[in-house]
Amino acid sequence: MSQTDPILRVRDLSTRFYADFGVIDAVDGVSFDVYPGETLGIVGESGSGKSVTALSILRLVPPPGRVVSGTAELDGQNLFDLDAEGMRRVRGATMSTVFQNPMTSLNPALRIGWQLDEAFLAHDRGTKAEARDTTIDALHAVGISDAVQRAESYPHEYSGGMRQRIVIAMGMINNPQLLIADEPTTALDVTIQAQVMELMVGLIEEHDMALILITHNMGVVANMCGRVLVMYAGEIVEEALIDDLFEDPRHPYTWALLRSLPSIEDVDKRLPAIEGFPPDMADKPAGCRFAERCPFAEEVCANHPPLAEVGEQRKSRCWVAQRGEHFADRDVSLLRGEVLE
Amino acid sequence: MSTRASAASVAHAGAGSDLLLQMDDVVQYFTVRGRGFFAKKHTVHAVDGVTLSVERGETLGIVGESGCGKSTLARIAVGLLKPTSGSVAYEGVDMWEKSSSDVARRQLQMVFQDPTGSLNPRLTIRESVAEPLRARGIRDVDDKVHESLDLVALKVEFADRLPHQLSGGQQQRACIARALIAEPELVVHDESVSALDVSLQAQVLNLLRDLQEKLALTYLFISHDLAVVQAISRRIAVMYLGQIVELAPSAEFRARPLHPYSIALRSAVPVPDPKVERQRARIILRGDVPSPLDPPPACRFHTRCPAVEDVCRTEEPQLIQYRDGHWARCHFAGGFDKVMRPVGVADPGIQGYGS
Repeated sequence: MSQTDPILRVRDLSTRFYADFGVIDAVDGVSFDVYPGETLGIVGESGSGKSVTALSILRLVPPPGRVVSGTAELDGQNLFDLDAEGMRRVRGATMSTVFQNPMTSLNPALRIGWQLDEAFLAHDRGTKAEARDTTIDALHAVGISDAVQRAESYPHEYSGGMRQRIVIAMGMINNPQLLIADEPTTALDVTIQAQVMELMVGLIEEHDMALILITHNMGVVANMCGRVLVMYAGEIVEEALIDDLFEDPRHPYTWALLRSLPSIEDVDKRLPAIEGFPPDMADKPAGCRFAERCPFAEEVCANHPPLAEVGEQRKSRCWVAQRGEHFADRDVSLLRGEVLE
Repeated sequence: MSTRASAASVAHAGAGSDLLLQMDDVVQYFTVRGRGFFAKKHTVHAVDGVTLSVERGETLGIVGESGCGKSTLARIAVGLLKPTSGSVAYEGVDMWEKSSSDVARRQLQMVFQDPTGSLNPRLTIRESVAEPLRARGIRDVDDKVHESLDLVALKVEFADRLPHQLSGGQQQRACIARALIAEPELVVHDESVSALDVSLQAQVLNLLRDLQEKLALTYLFISHDLAVVQAISRRIAVMYLGQIVELAPSAEFRARPLHPYSIALRSAVPVPDPKVERQRARIILRGDVPSPLDPPPACRFHTRCPAVEDVCRTEEPQLIQYRDGHWARCHFAGGFDKVMRPVGVADPGIQGYGS
């Protein structure tokens, strides 16, 4: 992996929201690489900054938010240096997206085929006839049969799972090098989610593209990703290969999160749970942002820890882990899950 | 149909339990008109012949995908909807008999999925939580409000805040406090933890357990998330297109799911363990859930069932008891090991009947 150059190199990315009640550092100094052909998961809870990271790279952060520092180099080109027209050329071509709700990604008043054609034509890739051929191929690729007729349908004539397939087809129609998918299966029923996960994994392999998969669902991560970034309160707190992360989490937040998931192998059972709430991002703690909820917190945690190497291809933002501690075998009864205000 | 329904109720009651809520052959149709003046009317079969009882002190989980009728059933259970046919009895008294309805409904409360949407943004938490008491004309509510907030571990200072000043987890606890202030016996949860983040979901599920113990509550817990339903329920009902296709004690359901839909549902849930995910063969159901406007004839699952046989297309299977308290609606319940589990693939998560 290290021989090839990353397709995306993000360095020290910070995005702030200037709300009337204060400044929120939604993304706070995030750096990572994405390599060709890999699926990188970004996991975290609401407000952790995972979606804003994606929007920042796409330069789609809504006001009052703004990227305040950092670079995001796609194939060597810093996206933040591009003008609006340059960015338009990149979006949907070299770098494409799939969002959570397919209904907001599709225009309800236009036929599916027309919308897919447009994605092709917007990047001057050929004639209208070629566009339609590509559209039909793309619809076939995502498992829509009789695509020639179905291309004449409107979004509301499709089910939710089918609509998400169409959004995926649209995201892949220009053969992007990088696809950013933000909770692509979250709005879908679980049996449909299984279909869409299978489809995406197949397409990614076939086209050898890189995928950034943003999700809160650790099961989806385990199914689809090769490498994972865990975000908490605007920062990356852990970076690891998939097996390492689940086997031997090196940040207490990851450890606690994995232990508190309900499992379909358990029944009628009290769950270990993380105490308290994530910090208020307009007034975040000076030290480790997880310390208040952390069962392993020490005095040193009053200082803000850096994201540091704790092994091969893995980093942790935890003083205790950096000292060499592992959490995998620690007693889950440490997670009492009391509610703190 | 009616003989089957009464047979089921006899069997349920026969367990020697204390029945709190009894739904008998409940049917709920909605009529929708197509577009245009002369458009035909269509009937949505939202709930189609559900017989279900809830015992005092238990948690009955209902799991199913969108459109399966689980939320409609929740509304019927608390008396928000009068079913098209069938009966709903609370402590043996029909909920829709005039004299009894008010009494019954006082014992019932509901918690919804979206706490932001179910709290009035212009009322303080105190006012919202007090609402069920005010509705009964009780004026002196402050002590009760504080008591109720205390139960859900919300500090009293939150009482005078507006909903937007609370986080999602705190808002949902306010909703639970509002449900509890009326001292209900049965609380119906319609996706009440689904909008919460994982770390808060576990907290709230544990809180619900503690409250159940402390206040001797009974829960009807409805969710699309099988892992969450299993974590809190003593019994589980699986719904598909308006019908119950399987009903079993949770442990029994986990060990020996009988209906192919239940097995596929379990198989579809991604497990947070990359090793398991790599090894297992997931049963992927093809196609979408058919529209409840026009459910398939005979067995409603036959269009997607990996183990479908000819009889499934022609004859409707009944909900039959296979083991003690374990019911399934399938002609071949549990007898399709080979079809549902590809030979030679280890799948510790799924065990067929009798294996």
